[in-house]
Amino acid sequence: MGRYKWLVPTIYIVFLMLPIYWLLNMSFKTTNEILGTFSLWPREFTLENYRTIFTDPTWYNGYFNSLAYVLVNMVISVLVALPAAYAFSRYRFLGDKHLFFWLLTNRMAPPAVFALPFFQLYSAIGLFDTHFAVALAHCLFNIPLAVWILEGFMSGVPKELDETAYIDGYSFGRFFVKIFIPTITAGIGVAAFFCFMFSWVELLLAKTLTSVAAKPIAATMTRTASTAGYELGLLAAAGSLTIIPGAIVIYFVRNYIARGFALGRV
Amino acid sequence: MARITLDNLRHSYQAAPKRDEDYALQQVDIEWQDGGAYALLGPSGCGKTTLLNIISGLLNPTQGRILFDDVDVTRHAADQRNIAQVFQFPVIYDTMTVRQNLEFPLRNRNVEPSIINQRVAEIADMLDLTDTLDTRASGLTADGKQKISLGRGLVRSDVNVIMFDEPLTVIDPHLKWVLRSKLKELHQRIGTTMIYVTHDQTEALTFADQVVVMYEGRVVQTGTPVELFERPQHTFVGHFIGSPGMNLLPCSIDAGQVLFEGIPIRTCNSPPRDAVKGETQIGVRPEFVYFSQTGLPVEVSRVDDVGRYRIVEVAHGAHRMKMLVSGEQAIPQMSPKVDFNPEFTTLYADGWAVR
Amino acid sequence: MSSKTTNQKAWFFVLPVVLLVAFNAIIPLMTVVNYSVQETFGDNVFFWEGVTWFEQVLNSSRFHDSLKRQFLFTGIILAIEVPLGIAIALAMPRRGPWVSVCLVLMALPLLIPWNVVGAMWNIFALPDIGLLGRTINAMGIDYNFTQQPVGAWFTTVLMDVWHWTSLVVLLCYAGLCSIPDDYYQAARIDGAGAWAVFRYIQLPKMKRVLTIAILLRFMDSFMIYTEPFVLTGGGPGNSTTFLSIDLVKIALGQFDLGPAAAMSLIYFLIILLVSWVFYTLMMRNEDQ
Repeated sequence: MGRYKWLVPTIYIVFLMLPIYWLLNMSFKTTNEILGTFSLWPREFTLENYRTIFTDPTWYNGYFNSLAYVLVNMVISVLVALPAAYAFSRYRFLGDKHLFFWLLTNRMAPPAVFALPFFQLYSAIGLFDTHFAVALAHCLFNIPLAVWILEGFMSGVPKELDETAYIDGYSFGRFFVKIFIPTITAGIGVAAFFCFMFSWVELLLAKTLTSVAAKPIAATMTRTASTAGYELGLLAAAGSLTIIPGAIVIYFVRNYIARGFALGRV
Repeated sequence: MARITLDNLRHSYQAAPKRDEDYALQQVDIEWQDGGAYALLGPSGCGKTTLLNIISGLLNPTQGRILFDDVDVTRHAADQRNIAQVFQFPVIYDTMTVRQNLEFPLRNRNVEPSIINQRVAEIADMLDLTDTLDTRASGLTADGKQKISLGRGLVRSDVNVIMFDEPLTVIDPHLKWVLRSKLKELHQRIGTTMIYVTHDQTEALTFADQVVVMYEGRVVQTGTPVELFERPQHTFVGHFIGSPGMNLLPCSIDAGQVLFEGIPIRTCNSPPRDAVKGETQIGVRPEFVYFSQTGLPVEVSRVDDVGRYRIVEVAHGAHRMKMLVSGEQAIPQMSPKVDFNPEFTTLYADGWAVR
Repeated sequence: MSSKTTNQKAWFFVLPVVLLVAFNAIIPLMTVVNYSVQETFGDNVFFWEGVTWFEQVLNSSRFHDSLKRQFLFTGIILAIEVPLGIAIALAMPRRGPWVSVCLVLMALPLLIPWNVVGAMWNIFALPDIGLLGRTINAMGIDYNFTQQPVGAWFTTVLMDVWHWTSLVVLLCYAGLCSIPDDYYQAARIDGAGAWAVFRYIQLPKMKRVLTIAILLRFMDSFMIYTEPFVLTGGGPGNSTTFLSIDLVKIALGQFDLGPAAAMSLIYFLIILLVSWVFYTLMMRNEDQ
């Protein structure tokens, strides 16, 4: 039995790759071929779909929009989560447990519940259809997550490190930036990865809060599917391209995945 | 219980070892008697853990055989060898009580419940675990946990050998000697062969009847603690065992005489008639160097009082050596001279004692 | 943990987080609460309605149906993804060059935007041009997820398994990697079989991460919206209309703000309650 163990992950990975392959397959076909014949690989190989995406600003701007709000969100979330996670991991203060739990409950809030109020709120403060609006809205679930992950990693750092630094005459600010942050870089990387992940894949809020100027790529795809009829090749090409940023990010953190997914608290 | 024979063992972690340096274990031939208490002593990286893993069946040696009595167990898996092992970091089954932990190896072997109860009670008593039998094992301190892992080996009546891999690493210093004497007592009581791996000479010398000293993948000497002290067969043994370690002085050989800086020195082993190959050294422990009227003129460079005696560092020219001087003995002020006890002064060639 | 010092100034460290999250959470939540107790006919004219909307939602068979569908869906995917994830994690290589390959490929579905997942599965499962749909029909089974409720459920569940099982795998794998080799060696010496190793060594070490995995999977599957919306649009009929889809239909489709808001709050409370019960049960188990 042990000898055939490798079959389990292999079959699973094949299962994971099949739909992705099919998407790629479609993206290299012409619309005629997609609708006319059933083939396991493109008979008339074409890059036309990708060419459309790279030349039409409504398409490629979608990518920049998505990346922009994802990066802004990642930076905001990690920056504000760092001191908060430090406080939770080191100090006891009035209402700390309730506060922590309240933060986590926001991770449990269905985006569908907040879609309409968010639309009204961000319209009211004049941020509607900006990258900043989406970045801020995603903070709702990304900040609690970042605080939670970082708190796990920070609790693993012995308190003696802080005390030694104070004895050595470091001020709190210098200690935090020069000593503490470098010791938890892995945790920061993991937190940033998760923020990227959830902001990149979320669409309900991103779509609700944008119309033209900050429209994310994935939302542009929805338009194609509904209005332009059956432009499946184009849709498949756009979809294939959205896989790339995720793949790059995973490749960079591949050595941390095993530990990182345990959020530092195995 | 069994006699253990390691026959012509070599091991390399590389797939296709070519040179000697590729081997983590150079060449080992050992025979361990049934019921003995042995220690494997050496610095980290000397191959002692590799050797232990080969005996326990975790590693397959590149070359050679392991015999339990006269049965070749080289290809047997760990559970077929009937061994027990206590690891460096305590291994316990967290979700079980202490009793369930001790019962576990017997249950896996489908032993009758009445016998299990009896064995567990007996072993728990031996290890002073009776009071904690029904508490969760995860709540115990490190020494309690190590006792449980030892107990899981002891409950089985078929154990050939119990192996200890640096078992006191995580134990509080003041409890180390308690657990060590407990082990010694258990060995005398049940008489199972025990192999104790450590880099700590005190642990090795107090626990074992026979100590196997390893260095760079080889066994450099096997002997009783006294033999290792008085008759080191390798300069490494002289240096590693004893505190401070053995003095080593370069020497030359001329017409059957051992000369240090031109001065003849008497040694317990005389140089062979044919020329000695390699680098030659004289080894003498600080315990066997003393002040005398005649002998090697030296200068005293440093005196450290460590309580019952003093460690005196002297120099003859550029060559420094240490000697032990008892509290009441005076250190000569004017042109001091030192002599070596010839019975415990050894000639080494390329690190090995000349025979 | 016990060495934490009491320091009220720590509030300054958490203040930015509290402000940002409160801005995003409390104002919208108040809006929802506001809507849930009032009636509007447009032009910002509101009338107090009390608990009318809550009663209406709680008594509507439409809500009951969505809720039942939601629990059924979450139950099915947990029953598949958790054991499957554990099994795959156990079968994964512990070291060597294949580890990175496995991890990277397995994590890939987690980083694909959710509507792309829906669109991808739509293309994959279409009975005429999709590989999956074509294959199933070729085997002689009549399958069309856009018309058959059973087919739609099958496709939605399969898509969720495809999308999220990796999360369970990666969490469990992280737990397994934290077990030192000594434990396996000791278990072999103790004569433990594969089941005993799983039951007494691997499962206890995976418990914490498994709790996280089940909680995350419960919450996220309970909130699922985008993927089934793109795949089936909630159909055929209402057969795959889960709570979120229903909610958006009411709120943005029909603009029935009052009932939608009341439903939102009930929905949110259900998630909180189930998560809390589950969490306390798991933690109490741990203390024993």
